[in-house]
Amino acid sequence: MKRDCSIDIRHLTRVEGHGNIRITVSGGKLLEASWAVVETPRFFEVMVKGMSAERVPFLTSRICGICSISHALASIRALERAMQVTPPPAAETVRLLAMHGETLQSHALHLFFLALPDFAGTPGILPLLESHPDLVRTGLELKELGNEISIATTGRATHPVSLVLGGVSKAPSKQRLKELKEMIVKRRPALEMATGFFRTLSIPEFVRETEFISLRNGKYYPFIGGDLVSTDGVVRDENDYLQMTNEYLVDFSTSKFTRLSRQSSAAGALARFNNNSRLLGHRAHEVAASFGLEPVCHNPFMNNIAQLVECHHIFENAEILIESLLDDDRQDIRTAYKPKAGEATGAVEAPRGVLYHHMETDDDGRVVKADCIIPTTQNNANIHYDLKALAAEAVKEGKTDREIEKLCEMVVRSYDPCISCSVH
Amino acid sequence: MKNPVYTFEKLKFASFEFTCCEGCQLQFANREASLEAFFSLLDVRTFREISSEKHDDYDIAFVEGSISRSDEIERLLAIRRQAKTLVAFGTCACFGGVNSLKNCHSMDECIAEVYPGLPVETLPIRKISDFVKVDLSIPGCPVAKKEVERIVVSLVTGSLATLPKYPVCVECKEQLNTCLFDLGEICLGPITRAGCDAVCTTGKTPCLGCRGPADDINFPAFLELVGERGLNRSDLKEKLGFYNAFEAYPCQ
Repeated sequence: MKRDCSIDIRHLTRVEGHGNIRITVSGGKLLEASWAVVETPRFFEVMVKGMSAERVPFLTSRICGICSISHALASIRALERAMQVTPPPAAETVRLLAMHGETLQSHALHLFFLALPDFAGTPGILPLLESHPDLVRTGLELKELGNEISIATTGRATHPVSLVLGGVSKAPSKQRLKELKEMIVKRRPALEMATGFFRTLSIPEFVRETEFISLRNGKYYPFIGGDLVSTDGVVRDENDYLQMTNEYLVDFSTSKFTRLSRQSSAAGALARFNNNSRLLGHRAHEVAASFGLEPVCHNPFMNNIAQLVECHHIFENAEILIESLLDDDRQDIRTAYKPKAGEATGAVEAPRGVLYHHMETDDDGRVVKADCIIPTTQNNANIHYDLKALAAEAVKEGKTDREIEKLCEMVVRSYDPCISCSVH
Repeated sequence: MKNPVYTFEKLKFASFEFTCCEGCQLQFANREASLEAFFSLLDVRTFREISSEKHDDYDIAFVEGSISRSDEIERLLAIRRQAKTLVAFGTCACFGGVNSLKNCHSMDECIAEVYPGLPVETLPIRKISDFVKVDLSIPGCPVAKKEVERIVVSLVTGSLATLPKYPVCVECKEQLNTCLFDLGEICLGPITRAGCDAVCTTGKTPCLGCRGPADDINFPAFLELVGERGLNRSDLKEKLGFYNAFEAYPCQ
């Protein structure tokens, strides 16, 4: 069979930021398949130099419009570890709850606004508002709940205002916490409806073995801090993040590539699931099983389902965190600290995977050196090699150009890339 | 008697982004309860983040982000040629935003730090109005969706789209917050344009001025206040420079 195909997608739609896909097939042979990020770099690692530690999380949160809470907390964790500041337990709980809010908001945005139109065959969510209003409203209800949790815990849905070094500047009132708890209970049917709907979709079957990297702290499903682990058995201390990432430059992308034990590795919901599924809540376990999702799953399209499973975990765990805040009468939410010289890494599980900020401060607590490694950066190489394998397979199966193009777009979207974030 | 029905034409709308975090565009998808009503006012012609459809026949363009590469200048000029109304959307578009902190360093230094040995193009950060005429500015990092809704309604109904002229202090006082100056912090609330519902100061975090100067601010009096309280000048400088929104008001 002789066939030719040339796919050149510039600025892939329904993803955050600017990335290009190129596929070239000649005489039935795949000549090229590439993933290139063409986003304009902003140079946050340079911008942050000389800034006072207390201001840093307000700057680094601006790395990303979707996962600003993760960025603020990664910087805060790095600087607190560098300057040996221990936040009060209540502040730690508020922070974990904030991560839940952000992840729920981000997963709902991805599943409904960005990924769903591919499965429904529409260019975007707006036509679905007319054809499937109940389904879209379900997604909006989940997203709104995520945003409400973020607003209650950090003051705002995007770019948190009350996450500060030493703790939080303001904690949610008990009244607000009770309202949140009620909202979670009320929105459970929406999550179940969404789950039922996703069960009707056919997830493409595609497997390319890879290495999944995430945090693991053994206590709870990971969102803030812990060991750095991989499904190939690597375990490293949080401060040794560079040994996990091994960043390198490629000349066709402004976002760097990374690798660990293989030519590429993956971070994100599926990586978290593959490394930590036993720590998931009861309902999350059931839902994973109902989709046949088991560790270690090597189908990147199943990242969508892993996100859905995490939404269930968030519903369960957020309620537990709210309970513990309601039962805690300690007023202490912020530890005073003296700026000082130090160096440390802060790792958190952002919605799209493990995020590292490394900060070095001088005696006045001003940043002298910073390094940020973004989940999408850690997925670039995996996306790149997935495209090659997927396109080669699709060509062999005799799929049409349009089918190949759609599959390739879908596999990139399944990673939920956050491209401007990855370039920062 | 029948209710009078108000008819309106949807805005032929497009949304674009340049150097930024895309957090302002994300606000279009927030305030979920009023989302359907909001989008019923818009005929979305191009919005890459949420739709694969692309049409170049828009009348109004919302432009997020600052400019830092020559291909961005070309894209921006093309948008200006098409759009009857061009909106600078968010602090990066209006003032350059946090990205402007890069301009304190040489471009060579930036590239050497992040892309050693790679010929990456980057220009000093510029705001949108440095290249094209801006018809309307909506500041904020991120923009406040409530304000965006109000402005879009004004645009649809053909009424004047305005921003509050008074400072954040007014909105902060409305919420009965303790003044952050009284807690020993420098806050840019007295000089920054309101419209954010004083969200930062209500979260007990000083205002960093993302919405730029309010109308007719008394900057010397503000400096005097900082001096009287014996507050740290380098902290003031860091805050005023954070979003590049107070370029016209040097603190020394």
